[in-house]
Amino acid sequence: MVRSEPRKIIVKPTTGWAALNLRDLWIYRELVYFMTWRNLKVRYKQSLLGIGWAILQPFLTMVVFSIFFGNLAGVPSDGVPYPIFSYTALIPWTLFSKALQDASHSLVQSSHMITKVYFPRMILPLAAVLAGVVDFLIAFVVLLGMMVFYKVTPTANIWTIPFFLLLTLVTAIGVGLWLSALNVLYRDINYVLPFLTQFWMYISPIAYPTSMVPEKWRLVYALNPMTGVVEGFRWALLGTGQAPSMVTLISSLMALFLFISGMFYFKRMERQFADMV
Amino acid sequence: MSRTAIHVEHLGKQYRLGQFVGNYRTLRETFSEKFNARKTEEPRKLLPESIWALEDVSFDVLQGEVLGVVGRNGAGKSTLLKILSRVTEPTRGVVEIYGRVGSLLEVGTGFHPELTGRENIFLNGAILGMKKNEIESKFDEIVSFAEVETFIDTPVKRYSSGMYLRLAFAVAAHLEPEILVVDEVLAVGDADFQRKCLGKMSDVAKQGRTVLFVSHNMSAILRLTQETLVIDKGHLLLRAPTAEAVDFYLSRGLTQEGQRIWQPDEIPARADPFVPVAVRLTDRKGHILDGVRSTEPFFLEVEYKLKKPIKGLRVGIYIITSHGEFVFTSFDTDDPAQFEQYPQRPEGAYRSRCEVPANLLNGGRFVVGVNASSYRIKTYFHDEQALAFNVDAAGAPGTHWPENRLGAVRPMLAWKIDKIDGSEKK
Repeated sequence: MVRSEPRKIIVKPTTGWAALNLRDLWIYRELVYFMTWRNLKVRYKQSLLGIGWAILQPFLTMVVFSIFFGNLAGVPSDGVPYPIFSYTALIPWTLFSKALQDASHSLVQSSHMITKVYFPRMILPLAAVLAGVVDFLIAFVVLLGMMVFYKVTPTANIWTIPFFLLLTLVTAIGVGLWLSALNVLYRDINYVLPFLTQFWMYISPIAYPTSMVPEKWRLVYALNPMTGVVEGFRWALLGTGQAPSMVTLISSLMALFLFISGMFYFKRMERQFADMV
Repeated sequence: MSRTAIHVEHLGKQYRLGQFVGNYRTLRETFSEKFNARKTEEPRKLLPESIWALEDVSFDVLQGEVLGVVGRNGAGKSTLLKILSRVTEPTRGVVEIYGRVGSLLEVGTGFHPELTGRENIFLNGAILGMKKNEIESKFDEIVSFAEVETFIDTPVKRYSSGMYLRLAFAVAAHLEPEILVVDEVLAVGDADFQRKCLGKMSDVAKQGRTVLFVSHNMSAILRLTQETLVIDKGHLLLRAPTAEAVDFYLSRGLTQEGQRIWQPDEIPARADPFVPVAVRLTDRKGHILDGVRSTEPFFLEVEYKLKKPIKGLRVGIYIITSHGEFVFTSFDTDDPAQFEQYPQRPEGAYRSRCEVPANLLNGGRFVVGVNASSYRIKTYFHDEQALAFNVDAAGAPGTHWPENRLGAVRPMLAWKIDKIDGSEKK
């Protein structure tokens, strides 16, 4: 048997901001798939309601929002039925908040793997975020059903949804990388996270329309990438709100910034994981 | 002409104390640390209370070489393997590795109890760096090696511990890396399984791949390796042909006079809640001895603490010859009455003491190992080289012939001589 020249690996101390080493991530790309698949499989094997949870969580939130914000508080919904209005925002939001939660625990939960075998650590938060996409798709089907029920026709811009989904994922992965790395070093993140998620929801146009935010603050408001995401979803599906504009651009740039800074921070902290976790 | 497989140069690894047990910080600590550092203008490079788990280690391994690594608990062996398998980064030095490193210290890594055997094979294979088609092509081989054919679609949480272990080992063993790193897997599983593991290892070695074998089992090291590294307190003390290295290792560093006290950094985190304190060789009155006579009884005692109650705990000793052969193993609850009296040991400080009768051991050097475990549940602590002592055979059976007696034991047996040809005349 002819063996090709073995790959040479050099192990030495790295200092400061390390290179991203995306080549390694590429070599291990199949592991991203397997870990995502494992996360899904385990989640649905262990919980009684299984796939039902993917629908129930955003759906029940939508019901509560519709009663209290839509009916009692009379929050405007840009001319579409409030349930559809809030559910459209809750789908990407649930994906995002679940991703933060799962990603931030991903490293600590897999400490037995980190201390025993080498693989690009980034795969763990990455797979945690990606597993949420299946829930997203299931919840999305429910949305289509609701649209039929409320007789809301999707706009011709529905084809842009994958872009806004991507924007959600990029944001979630960026923040997820930050949180997962921080969680290894400081377990305080467990206490910070519920507050952070809640806070983030209030500064995103989930329960209310962007049109309620004063014009002059819109661009500052767009610094939250989830603003661009939710606006995009509503625009593409319901035809409300603004067409992609400065808001979308600012949100996308911010998402990209979170993503890249997250990768570098993660990489910088990675070398300590096995000793700290 | 062999090429280099591993090149290690001035390798060093520093740990902050406390990191061994997985010490994470809180934000408050970090902030106050930084704040104080600025205040006193202390250079941050001076890490307080840090230790070098490995210091200035250099060696080369050629392709196809089978190299043993021996050292006491906490000597730095595991740290070395972790650096070689890229789990942790060194603080200093460089390692060049040619080829994929597979390690059997990661048996069962990533196994999920809810997933079936089949699913776990794929997942575990991917974690170890195998491609999907690679796993598919070896799937049948893995399953038959592990002997789990009928349970392959059962969640592994329903597997017996033996099946689980076999499956985990099978996946790791079929990785076919250029370099294989093995750490103590042979200490687990039944005898049959251990034979299989050893067989697989020598297969790997015969195929011309490089093997690094870390073990406390001297006879396995002697059997499988040609050369051995002796590591102590983070330093590489010796690299020599295995027989010489094992001899050096067993006769050196183990010369504490009849007593071994475990330092906190020698106690692995998994020992919790069992805390080994000391093992001693004493006379009847409890005085520590540095050597014993074959013709007199002596006592071995293990002192330990339990932070929490442990069910079914047994604390015991091994006696091992300096060639690494086991002479005997004995536990403090071997006696059924004793076993029933201690179904669970409450927390507190303990001493388990036994008498080793006279006329048992032959003259020579022996090693005492200590084991604390609950049968089929967990091995809390295990140190196969806790203590060494000499036995003086003077006065033992047969010493009127000044020759070396073969064998580790030298019992006084009740011989009787009868003449049976009946030609005796009265």
